[in-house]
Amino acid sequence: MSTKKVKRKYKKRYDKLPTVLFFVLPALIPLIVFWIYPISRSIWLSFTNWDFMTPNYKIVGLRNYINLFKDIRFYEALTNTLIFTLGTLFPTIIIGLILALLLVKNFRGNGILKFILFSPWITPTVAISIVWTWIFKVDGGIANKILQLVGMAPYSWIDKSSSAMFSVILVTVWKSLGYAMIFYLSALEKVPGELYEAGALDGASSWRQFFDITLPSISPTTFFLTIITMVNSLQAYDQIQVLTQGGPAGSTKTLLYMYYQLGFQEFNMGKATAVAVVMIIITATLSLIQFKVGEKWVYY
Amino acid sequence: MAEIILKSITKEYENGFQAVKGINLEIKDNEFVILVGPSGCGKSTTLRMIAGLEDISDGELFIDGEKVNDVAPQNRDIAMVFQNYALYPHMTVYQNIAYSLKIKKVPKDEIDKRVKEVAASLGLEDLLDRRPGQLSGGQKQRVAMGRAIIRKPKAFLMDEPLSNLDAKLRGQMRVEIADLYQRLNTTFIYVTHDQTEAMTLGTKIVVMKDGEIQQIDNPTNLFNYPENKFVAGFIGTPTMNFFDATIVEENGNLYLETQDGKITVTEAKETKLREGNWVGKKVVVGIRPEHVMLDDEAHCAFKGEVNVFELLGSNAIVYIDTAEGRIVMNTPHVKKHEHGEKIYLSVLEEKLHIFDPETERTITN
Repeated sequence: MSTKKVKRKYKKRYDKLPTVLFFVLPALIPLIVFWIYPISRSIWLSFTNWDFMTPNYKIVGLRNYINLFKDIRFYEALTNTLIFTLGTLFPTIIIGLILALLLVKNFRGNGILKFILFSPWITPTVAISIVWTWIFKVDGGIANKILQLVGMAPYSWIDKSSSAMFSVILVTVWKSLGYAMIFYLSALEKVPGELYEAGALDGASSWRQFFDITLPSISPTTFFLTIITMVNSLQAYDQIQVLTQGGPAGSTKTLLYMYYQLGFQEFNMGKATAVAVVMIIITATLSLIQFKVGEKWVYY
Repeated sequence: MAEIILKSITKEYENGFQAVKGINLEIKDNEFVILVGPSGCGKSTTLRMIAGLEDISDGELFIDGEKVNDVAPQNRDIAMVFQNYALYPHMTVYQNIAYSLKIKKVPKDEIDKRVKEVAASLGLEDLLDRRPGQLSGGQKQRVAMGRAIIRKPKAFLMDEPLSNLDAKLRGQMRVEIADLYQRLNTTFIYVTHDQTEAMTLGTKIVVMKDGEIQQIDNPTNLFNYPENKFVAGFIGTPTMNFFDATIVEENGNLYLETQDGKITVTEAKETKLREGNWVGKKVVVGIRPEHVMLDDEAHCAFKGEVNVFELLGSNAIVYIDTAEGRIVMNTPHVKKHEHGEKIYLSVLEEKLHIFDPETERTITN
C-alpha cells in the first residue's frame, strides 16, 4: 500500500470524528463527570489513607485491601450482602410473577389492585421504612397485633439479630414486588394467544403450557428483573439505615452499609473505598455470570 | 381419519353477536372440506369450535360418533395449522415438531425416528437445529405442517395457512398441501377466503356468509350451479356479471329483455321460468365473464364502451360500460380494445344464471 493510500484511509477514518463527537458528547459528559471520574477517583482513594476530613493523605498501596481481607467484619458484611441479595431476588421475581399471572386476567377492580401493588415502588424508601418501623414495633405494632389476632406470640421483628435480616428483606421485597409485577404484566400480555392454543392441541396441560410456553416467552423480562433486582439489592441502604442501622450486632450490615460506616463514621475513607471497589467487582462478576448463564435460558 | 358432524352449531358471544348461526355440516372420512367466505362470515370460528378452542353456544359436534362439545382440545385428537404458524419461538424446528410426542412420553428413539421421517417428507432435514426466527415464511409453514403431521391425528384443521405467504410461494404450498392430502389420506378441514385455494384443494366446499352456510358442493357444481347470487358472485374470477332483465314472451318463446336487446333462453330454463310463473317479471341475470363475447349490433344483448383493457398474456379482461352497468368480458382474443371504443356483446345462453331478485336464490338450476 502506498503512503498516499494509507493517508487517505487514515483520513477517511477520522474525518467523521467531529460529527461523531457532536452526537456522542452530550451523553458522554455526564457519564464522565458523574460516573467514570468518581469511580476512578474511588479506585485511587482505595490505595490511600485519606480520612475524609483533612486534605492530606498518603499512598499506602494495597494496605487497605489487606486490612479489609483480614477483617472479620468484612466477611460478615459479605455474607449479609449475599443473604440479603438472594433473599430479596427470588421472592421478588417469583411473587411478582404470581401477581402478574393473577392480574393479567381482566376482572373488576383489576386496575386499582395494580395501582396499590405498584405504589410502594414509587414511594421513597425512607418514608416506607419509617412506616415499617412502626409496623414492626414490639408493643403496639400492627405486625404483632395481627400475630396476636391469630393467636401467635409477639415477635421481635427488628430488635433481634436472628430476625432483623428477615424483616429488612420483607420490606424490600414488598417494595419491589409491584415493579416486577408491572414488567411481567407487560411481558405476559405480549405472549401470542395462538401459542397456548397450539400447546393445548399438542396435548399440553396448563402446567406444561406455563413451563414450556409462558416461562420461555417471558425469559427476557425475568433476565432483566434478575439483574435490576440484584443491583438494587447490592445498593440497598435507605431501609437498612432507617430500620436497623446495620444492627442488631451487625446482623443487617451489608457491604454498602459497611462502606458508609467506615467512611462517614470511622473516617477511614481509604478502607471504605476499598469496600466500594470490591462491591463493583462483585456486581460486575455477578452480572457477567448472569449474562453468560442467560445465553442458555433467555430467548429473544 | 374421522367423520365430523356439526348439528345446528351456533356461536353467540356475550354481547349477543352470533358469529355462527345454527349450521349443519357432515364431513366424511378422508374428505378435504374447505370453509370459504368473506371475512367475518364465521368460517374461522366454526373451525375453532371443531378444534375445541372456542366454546359451542348451541348445537352438537360429533367426531367419529362421539359428542365432543365438552371435550378439551387436547383430547379431540385433532391437529391444527394456524394462520401465523404459532411455532414455539424458543424451540428448534426439531423440538417444535417433537413437542406433542414428548408430552405423550413417546420413547426418545421413536420420537427421533418420526421427527426425521416427517422432516424428510417436508424437506426440513437441514433446518432441524434452527429456531423459527431464522426461517422464511414458507419454511415456517412447513414446520407448522410437520408439527401437525407427526401426531397422525384424526383430522387436520388449517386456518388460512397460506395467507401470510407471497403469491408465488402460495401457489407452491398449495400444491404441497394437495400432495400431503393425497399421501396422508385423512380428513382435512381448511379455512380460506381465497376462492382459488378453495376450488383447487377442496373435494367439498362450504361457502359461508354472515354465519350461515350458503351452499355445500364440490368445486365443479359450485362453479356451474350456484344456488344463490352470493355464491355465484363469490366463486370465480373475475366475478360474475349481474344485470337486471325482464322475462318476456314473443311468438311462444321466452326472452330476457335488457335495455339494449334480447337474450334467448334455453328450453330447460324456459320450462323452469314458466313453472315458477316468472313471465312478465323482473329477474337478476348472472353471466360469467368467460361466457360474454363480441357480437354485431343486430344480435347483441349489450352495447357499450370499453373502459379498461387488461392483457393477461393468453387472454384479456375487458371492462365495458353498458346501460346495464359494468360488464366484464374474459376473452381469448387478445386484440387490444381502446378506451372509449364502441363494442357489442352477447352471452352464451346455456351459461346464464337467473336469480329471484328478492330472495336472490336461483330460479333455473
